[in-house]
Amino acid sequence: MTTLLLVALGGAAGAVLRYGIDRGLRRARGSAFPWGTFTVNVVGSFLLALLVGGAATFDGLGSSGSRALLVVGLCGALTTFSTFGQDTVRLYTSGAPSHAVRYVLVTVLGGIAAAALGFGSAAALAYL
Amino acid sequence: MLSKAVLAHRSRVLAAVALGGALGSTLRYGVSLALPHADGGAVWPTLTVNVLGCFVIGAFTVLLAETERHHLLRPFLGVGVLGGFTTFSGYLADAGGLLATGQPLYAALYLLLTVLLALPAVVCGAALAGGLLTRSRRAPGTATGGEP
Repeated sequence: MTTLLLVALGGAAGAVLRYGIDRGLRRARGSAFPWGTFTVNVVGSFLLALLVGGAATFDGLGSSGSRALLVVGLCGALTTFSTFGQDTVRLYTSGAPSHAVRYVLVTVLGGIAAAALGFGSAAALAYL
Repeated sequence: MLSKAVLAHRSRVLAAVALGGALGSTLRYGVSLALPHADGGAVWPTLTVNVLGCFVIGAFTVLLAETERHHLLRPFLGVGVLGGFTTFSGYLADAGGLLATGQPLYAALYLLLTVLLALPAVVCGAALAGGLLTRSRRAPGTATGGEP
């Protein structure tokens, strides 16, 4: 039950953060490229890798409670696949199939790079 | 200065997003408990929520564009529930797990398979919703938002 509440709490925070970042970037950029969704997905992938990598070193992060709150809840809800898919299809059907392909590649490769950086940062922090 | 009405509206939207995010994340967690996720089968829960969430958002977007709905429905269901239910970080984490257990080929396949299932799912959801709307318009009286 506690785990469920922690997932819900982290999920609420993650969704609100995603909404705020998306709104902020949409106003700032105003282009067809979904900068908001791209940013939350890349940042969330970095954060998740940092937390999972850090759990090996810092006991507090490895507990099931912090995993439920931060990894499953916060990172899970900060990032989104439904809007990513929706935006990709929208780019494809609005007459720019190459933009859709590029959006998928940039998001997946950017997310992988961010996750690698997150793991690297966790390993570096372990030495401090 | 923001007017009281604008502030009240914004706080209602944020509350809808938060509530939806909590609900969507809890549902995703429930799916991860319900589906087999031990020894190598770790990717099924995330694959399921992402493909299912894409199907629903495809349908939802069509329904929302074509019909009159409450202004908090999109923040609650689209941004909150579906955004919280599906996950991009979990998708990459699953691939990382496969990579860490010495299965780089499966990791690459999983990355590709999710995209190849999720994107058509958006299209299928939209097509289904479009078909249902057309049918309900052809048969007035059975429509949820039909003419009086």
